[in-house]
Amino acid sequence: MNRKRLKIFEKVFGAVLFSSSTVTSLTVLFIIVFLFNEGIGLFNSTPVEKKYQFIVSNNNTVKELSSKQLKDIFNYDITNWKQLGGSNDSILLFTINDLSTYFTDDELGANFENLPSKINELIKKNPGILAYLSDKYVPQHLEGHVIPLTKISIKDFVTGTEWYPTSEPAPQFGVLPLILGTLWVSFGAILIALPLGLATAIFMAEVASQRLRNILKPVIELLAGIPSVVYGFFGLVVLVPLIQQLFNLPVGETALAGSIILGIMALPTIITVSEDALRTTPTSLKEASLALGATRWQTITRVTVPYARSGITAASILGIGRAVGETMAVLMVTGNAGVIPHTFLQPVRTIPATIAAELGESSYGGLHFKALFALGILLFLITLIINTSVELIKSRKRS
Amino acid sequence: MNLTNTLEIQETFPDIADEMLKAQTKDVNLYYKDFHALKNINFAIKANTVTALIGPSGCGKSTFLRLFNRMNDLISGVKITGDVLLEGENIYKKGIVVDELRKSVGMVFQKPNPFPKSIYENVAYGLRVNGYDHKDSIDEIVERSLKQAALWDEVKDKLKKSAYELSGGQQQRLCIARALAIEPSLILMDEPASALDPLSTSKIEELIYDLKNKYTIVIVTHNMQQAGRVSDYTAFFYLGELIEYDKTKTMFINPQNIKTQNYITGRFG
Repeated sequence: MNRKRLKIFEKVFGAVLFSSSTVTSLTVLFIIVFLFNEGIGLFNSTPVEKKYQFIVSNNNTVKELSSKQLKDIFNYDITNWKQLGGSNDSILLFTINDLSTYFTDDELGANFENLPSKINELIKKNPGILAYLSDKYVPQHLEGHVIPLTKISIKDFVTGTEWYPTSEPAPQFGVLPLILGTLWVSFGAILIALPLGLATAIFMAEVASQRLRNILKPVIELLAGIPSVVYGFFGLVVLVPLIQQLFNLPVGETALAGSIILGIMALPTIITVSEDALRTTPTSLKEASLALGATRWQTITRVTVPYARSGITAASILGIGRAVGETMAVLMVTGNAGVIPHTFLQPVRTIPATIAAELGESSYGGLHFKALFALGILLFLITLIINTSVELIKSRKRS
Repeated sequence: MNLTNTLEIQETFPDIADEMLKAQTKDVNLYYKDFHALKNINFAIKANTVTALIGPSGCGKSTFLRLFNRMNDLISGVKITGDVLLEGENIYKKGIVVDELRKSVGMVFQKPNPFPKSIYENVAYGLRVNGYDHKDSIDEIVERSLKQAALWDEVKDKLKKSAYELSGGQQQRLCIARALAIEPSLILMDEPASALDPLSTSKIEELIYDLKNKYTIVIVTHNMQQAGRVSDYTAFFYLGELIEYDKTKTMFINPQNIKTQNYITGRFG
């Protein structure tokens, strides 16, 4: 009887374990599928709001327009179809607001009943026209043709240098500045955190007395427990003004500020992981080194650190991983200017900060919304690569 | 060397008296916190001999061995009284730089512990950390040390390969070569063959026998036959005390102390 009950219990227990892990895996899978489902939608869609059309003259030979070209036309950086591979006609931009420049109210009729024919007339008369019209104003018997827009490609998304997701009529979804911003800030963070963290790890593993270590270790763990918004607040109030004064800048919100804050945030990971790695160095190797007359420092630099090299590499990559994904603190101190940074003293905008800052103002299901999800995919892929390389380094170490 | 001590040793081991003593201990006591691990040890090591330290586990023989290169310093809570002389100089007096001392005392450990570096770099390590960086002479010393350790022929074509590619016995000879490269005046071996197979063990023993011409060796061993084969002198330790110290032959044939006799004949230990 007892044995039977035990068997039932074990079966139930097994089922609970199985279902827990199933739920967990499915959740992860669901989130990833959701992310990709929303983000992929950006690609192969046209970079213009629905229900709007660009119309050109029938004589126009240009096949299609990209979002970038549209932006340049609207900024008058491109003024002739020749520049786009068409005939030598200067571009005449026409939107519905320009109606009164060409026609009087009388000509259009009291209820705009003449509008379609007038627009047709205009298109016929001007071979260089580019009319940006809502569907409802497009004449039924169009004397021109709708020019298709280049669909957003992954390449344009990743290599585009301009991020103006809300600009009208041609939003720009180039994330290169955001990728570079993220990399700059993360790279700077690791540049700050690795020497400091490694030094602390060596100190704790090799130099500090047991008592000192017992004090240091909880302090470092405490550092990991501080919420990132507090780091951001600290950075904003202390670090940003300091950098502004120190380098005599117009604004202190810079990549440097982000790097320093992220560096501090990455420290606990780097210290803990490298200290563990340093501790795996066998005592017998250290003794061998000391017995040959090496000093303690020679032993650390020639035996202990090289032995722990792969662990230290893993630590720094994990640190970068933390830095790449960090949102709030970075959002608060980097100034969020979506331009490609050239020095650490410029404001930058990172991928996670962009998502956090803009998701609220994007319309659900719109292009901007999808673009932010595509950014999410990018971030996910970056961290996936980082985590995979950590695993690879670890497994190489084991073999 | 002070006179009374010489006389004492002369009394105990008459044949050592005229020889130059490589190392000596005088009234050495060692404590691990409260534990009295070495009790009043007076000891002398003759140059160009092999001295075996034997005794059951925990008798203090390894601790005693590590007195001569101050490896016990690495353990916290160790207190040492008395004098340890190396070539007449007290190595525990103030002003002794420990890593300088360790350059003149080589050590071979129980398990082979080559560095995760190339064979060449393992042997060159001691030279490099001591600021020796003349490439040609390092080449020369590496070759000479490997030859002395009877390893040269086996590794001369793969000096750049990792030391971990060698077998356990080869690794241990590499560790011996590594110790020889810094030309120590005394070599300490802490059960150097205990982790090796019989064939490798016999190679190490032959090597120890050959090295005696040039070096002075102290070897801790658990293996009575090994002590009998390689050593000129044997010291028997028991519970932190030096029970008996004599020529190996004398001691194995005619031990003075009943404890020594019991241990050697395998009645305990």
